[in-house]
Order: sequence, then C-alpha cells, then structure tokens
Amino acid sequence: MGGGRARRPRERGGHVLRRRRAGVAVALAALALAVLLSLAVGANPLPLGRVWEVLTHPDGSEASAVVWTERWPRTLVGVAAGAAFGVAGALVQALTRNPLADPGILGVNAGAGLAVTVGVALLGSATTGQYVWFAFAGAAAATVLVHLVGAGGRAAASPVTLVLAGVALGAVLGGVATFLTLIDPEVFRAVRSWGLGSVARTGVTDLVAVAPFLLAGLLVALALTGSLNALALGEESATSLGARVGLTRVLVVVAVTLLAGGGTALTGGLSFVGLMVPHVVRWSTGPDQRWVVAGSALAAPVLVLLADVLGRVVARPGEVQVGVLTAVVGAPVLIALARRRTASAL
Amino acid sequence: MSLRHRGHRAAGASGGRASVVVRTRWASGRIDVRLGAVSGALGVLAVVVAVLALGVGDYPLAPARVLGALAGSGTGFERTVVVEWRLPVALAAVAFGALLGLGGAVFQSLTRNPLGSPDVIGFDAGAYTAVVVTVLVVGSTGYWATAAAALAGGLATAGVVYLLAHRGGLAGFRLVVVGIGVSAVLGSVNGYLVTRADVEDALTVGFWGAGSLSRLTWASVLPALALAACVALACAALVPAMRRLELGDDVAVALGTRVGRARLGLLVVGVASTALVTAAAGPIGFVALAAPQVARRLTRSPGVSPLSAAATGAALLSCAHLASLGTAQVFRPVPVGLITVCLGGTYMIALLVRETHRRGGALW
Repeated sequence: MGGGRARRPRERGGHVLRRRRAGVAVALAALALAVLLSLAVGANPLPLGRVWEVLTHPDGSEASAVVWTERWPRTLVGVAAGAAFGVAGALVQALTRNPLADPGILGVNAGAGLAVTVGVALLGSATTGQYVWFAFAGAAAATVLVHLVGAGGRAAASPVTLVLAGVALGAVLGGVATFLTLIDPEVFRAVRSWGLGSVARTGVTDLVAVAPFLLAGLLVALALTGSLNALALGEESATSLGARVGLTRVLVVVAVTLLAGGGTALTGGLSFVGLMVPHVVRWSTGPDQRWVVAGSALAAPVLVLLADVLGRVVARPGEVQVGVLTAVVGAPVLIALARRRTASAL
Repeated sequence: MSLRHRGHRAAGASGGRASVVVRTRWASGRIDVRLGAVSGALGVLAVVVAVLALGVGDYPLAPARVLGALAGSGTGFERTVVVEWRLPVALAAVAFGALLGLGGAVFQSLTRNPLGSPDVIGFDAGAYTAVVVTVLVVGSTGYWATAAAALAGGLATAGVVYLLAHRGGLAGFRLVVVGIGVSAVLGSVNGYLVTRADVEDALTVGFWGAGSLSRLTWASVLPALALAACVALACAALVPAMRRLELGDDVAVALGTRVGRARLGLLVVGVASTALVTAAAGPIGFVALAAPQVARRLTRSPGVSPLSAAATGAALLSCAHLASLGTAQVFRPVPVGLITVCLGGTYMIALLVRETHRRGGALW
C-alpha cells in the first residue's frame, strides 16, 4: 500500500493501460467481424451461419467454393495489405513528424503504377504474379528516391520538402505511365484498373510470395518503436537517451519500403489508409509508438475490409474498387484533420 | 509546414513601419530591374520558340518562310498552314502558359505556400471529373460541352475547397491539404468511371485529361484570348493588394486593404486563369506549380511575382509545345501536358536535391 503521493500517478497509468487494452479488444473484435462480413457479403450473399459451416467443414457445395476460392483469398489480401499500409503510415508520420504523411501522398503508389505499366509494355499481357514483382520494385524505388530527395542534406527532411518531393515525383512517374498507356491501347486496357487499388486481382500464391517482405517489415517496425518514441522528443534528446538516430532513420525507410512496396504490389495503391488509421489509433492510445504501430496493424485491415465489403454492395452487380472507397472515406478525414487548429501547427 | 515568405519580408515587416516602406521601396526598386529584364527575356524566348514551332509539322517550313507567310507573302497553302492551322495553337501555347503562371503565382501568394498551385489543390481534377462525366455518362464530346463542363467542374471544386478550407480565415496550409484531399477523391472517382467505360471513350478522355493543344482552332482560341486579357487586367489591378496580403493580414489591414474582398478577388482571378486553360486544352499540369518558383529563382526575388511567373509560364509551355511537335515528327504525338509534367516535375526534383544539399534540409 503506497501513500497518497505514490498512488495517483499509478492510477492514472492504470487508466491509460485499461483504455489501451480495451482499444485492442475492440480492434480485435472489429477485425473478426470485418473478416466474417468479407466472407459473407457479395454477389452471392451467405448468412453468417452458413459461412461458419463451410469454413469449419468445407464441402463440394457452391457456397464452399465461393468462400474458399474467392472470398477467403481477397479477405487475406485485404488484411495483409491493410496492416502493411497502416503500419507504413504510422512509421512515416513518426519519422517525418508530419501528421499528413502517407505512402500514397509521397509518390509510392505512382512508382508502383509506372513499374507495372512498364512491365506490361515490355512483357505484353503479364500475369498478376509478374505484376507483383514490378510493383514491388517500383514502390521500393519510389520510397528510396523520395527519401533521398527529401533528406538529401545533412539535416532531416522537413515535412514540406518531403511532401513536395512526393508530389513532384508522383506527378513525373504518373506522367510517364500515362504516356506509355496513351501510345498503346493494349497497355491502357491492361493497367487502367490497376492504379485504383483492388483486392480482387491478387491470388493466394501472390500473397505467399509477398508475405515474407510484409512480415519482415512489420517486425522491423515493431522493433523500432522504442527508438521512434525517443525521436519524438527531438533529435538531441533522442541521442542523449542513447537512441541511434541515423540508424533508426535508415531502418524506418527499409521498413516503409518493405510494407508499402509489398502492400502496393498486392492491391495497387490504397491511399489514405496509412494516413487515417494511425490518427484514429492515436486518439485512443496516445502518442506511444509501440501502441500506435500495433494498433494500426490491427485497425487498418478493418478499414480495408469494410471498404471492400461496401464496394461489393453499392454497385451491384459490379463492384467499386476498394481503393476508390478508401479515398472517398479518407479524404474527409484528411480535411477534418486540416481543419483542426492544432494540425496546422505541425 | 513552413511558409515561403518567412525571409526578408517578414523580418522587415516586424520592424518599424516607416523603415519597412523605405526599405521595401529601395529593395523592390533594385529587384525590379532584374525582374523586368528576366521577364522580358523569357517573353522573347516564348515568342521565338512559338515562331519556330510554326515551322514544325507534317509540312515543315524554314523560319524565314514562316515569317514570310505571317507577313502575307508566300504561297496560299503556306499561309493556310501557318496562319489558319498552326498560329492559333502556337499563340495558345504562349497565352495559356502565361495564364497558368499567373494563376500559380496568385495561388502561391494567396496560400503562402509553394504547393498551393491550382493543379495541386484540385481544380484540374474537378474539371477533369466534369468532363469525364459529360463524355462517359451523358455521351457528349462536342467542344463547347467539354469546355462548359470543365469550367463548371473547376469552379465548383474551387468553391468546395474554399468552403472546406475556410474557417475563421483562409490559412494557406489548410487550403493545400483540403485541395489534396478533394483532388484525391476526384482522382479515384475519375479512375473508377474510366474503368467502367469502353476503351475508346476512355482513351478519348485520357487524351483530353493529359492536356493537349493540338485540337485548338481560331474559333476556340480567340474567345480564350479575349478572356485571358480580362484576367490579366484584373490581376494587374489586384497586385498591390496581393503584396500587402503577403505581409500578413494585420499589416495589410493597417495599410488599408480590405482583406476579405482582396482575397476573394484574387481567388476568382486565379480560378479563372486556370479554368480558361483547362476548358480549352485540358489540365496542363505543373506549369502553374513550377513557373512561379522558377521565376522566383531566376529573378532572385523573395516572393512570387505575377509578371515574371507569367513570362516563365509562357516560355515553359512554348518549349513544351515545340517538344511535343518534335516528338510527333520522330515518334508519336505526345500531349503537351505530359511533357510539362515530366519537365516541370524533374526540374522541381532537381531543385529540391540541390537546395536540400546546399542548405542542409531546410527549404522554405
């Protein structure tokens, strides 16, 4: 039993911890629900009970085929890509101390899009499996390039420099890709849906191929959270706390490349996921990066899956690509953030 | 985000008022010589390149014969080619480039942010959405339908961005971020509509969306030029208010500026200059973003100036037009908007690399 002086901070700490635990529980429950919805909703709607039945006891029925061959892969892709974009966004925001950073805004999607277009133009009609590698290479190159441009000097990249570098790079890459599609209608046909971001294209084999990169990126991200917390105090304080600032920056770029590149390879660009989710997570966890990164990994897939489910419902019998919906949902969040008085101070 | 005009102006403005005026007059008097010379040189460059462009095409002509055809000599066919077919496009390249530079300068001054150009903050995307909807949903591809749709779309987007960003004053940072958000939504909606359309329609929209001068004729260029002159006059009238707004709202009010009215006027001028170009040629990206910044560096002035930005824009678009004609000769027609995006974007990146190295990261 401590005295009054010792008890109050501990109680407050307990309160934060309880809220964080509750947040994780809510996120897990939401994720489970989103996965079930993603398995149940579509052109051929299935009741949840039936979904559970064919999940636990696969049979030769049509429902079983729909769930196992169509909806299960896209659900897994949605979870993987969502977690990748969410964590990548949290890392980029922490590194640049820029509340508006997002792999999409920084030109990573455009890099992947150009690489895929080049791939299609060179190889003719490539399979999704081949797209994945082009997209990965393009996204990785764009991430490194934006960082080199933005942080070329001795000091850290300022938020404006980084966003400007991303906008410029994205425009150039997008322009070259548009040029390639306009001179060749075949290429245009093949890639015009790619840039939007969809979870319907990618198969389980592609996911398996990309998964190691995503896992590596997630592990690096989680390992870096302590250093990022130190960095949040400013470079000098971080150094005096024993954090290795330069190494942390390099590793964050590596993790973002792995995550954003892998995610873009799977789905095409899903902009705004990496922007929105870390903000929403921070509202319940506070600024501790360990919780922000972990929370983003759980919450981002929920957003992606719900957007995908919504996309299947609103445009029956067709569907709206998930990337369109994340942009439509995400932009108002961006605007709301910009309208908050505190955001403009950052 | 840091502001661009933090340099000498802000430092001067925080001092005593009398010294600001004196110092500003002295400094602007000195800068004006360089600004005028650079703007004049760029204007001449734009015209020379435009004349060169008059000779390039399926029926190539030497510059001397181009000038002859313009002066009234030469064969009837040469006159037709030069005056009827190529002159409106070349004139449009110069005038539209100037308009884009002007629009960019106005917006970058208004938002006090180098990112605050009309193409970044969503007007192009709004115009494009309106055209995509008109072509793909309504099925109309006529010039006036496209132009009206582009104008309406651009203005409506400007209104939405303005309203969303307006909250007890129009902070530049907010305007840019709201614009990027709105542009992203419109971009995805465009992408979705294009994936739903058949390939022919989508390619048509794609060419327009890339920004092309090649379909312009006198019938569409003359009204655009007349409107452009009005916009330029309005802008010239608003420049003093723009300068005072750059000193900050408090100083501007103290100097007798009606801040709200001046800002609204500048917004209308900026939107109109961009919308005119977009309506006639499609969204020509990066000229509005790059021209004021290129001009700022060439004139070594601390802020953006509409005159030098317009001259730079004219020179940029003229050169891009010539490059577009050149690639059409040796390879395939490339819409001029794609050339400006690639050139302008590459230039911006080179600039960022150079300046981050020199200054060790702090750019603006």
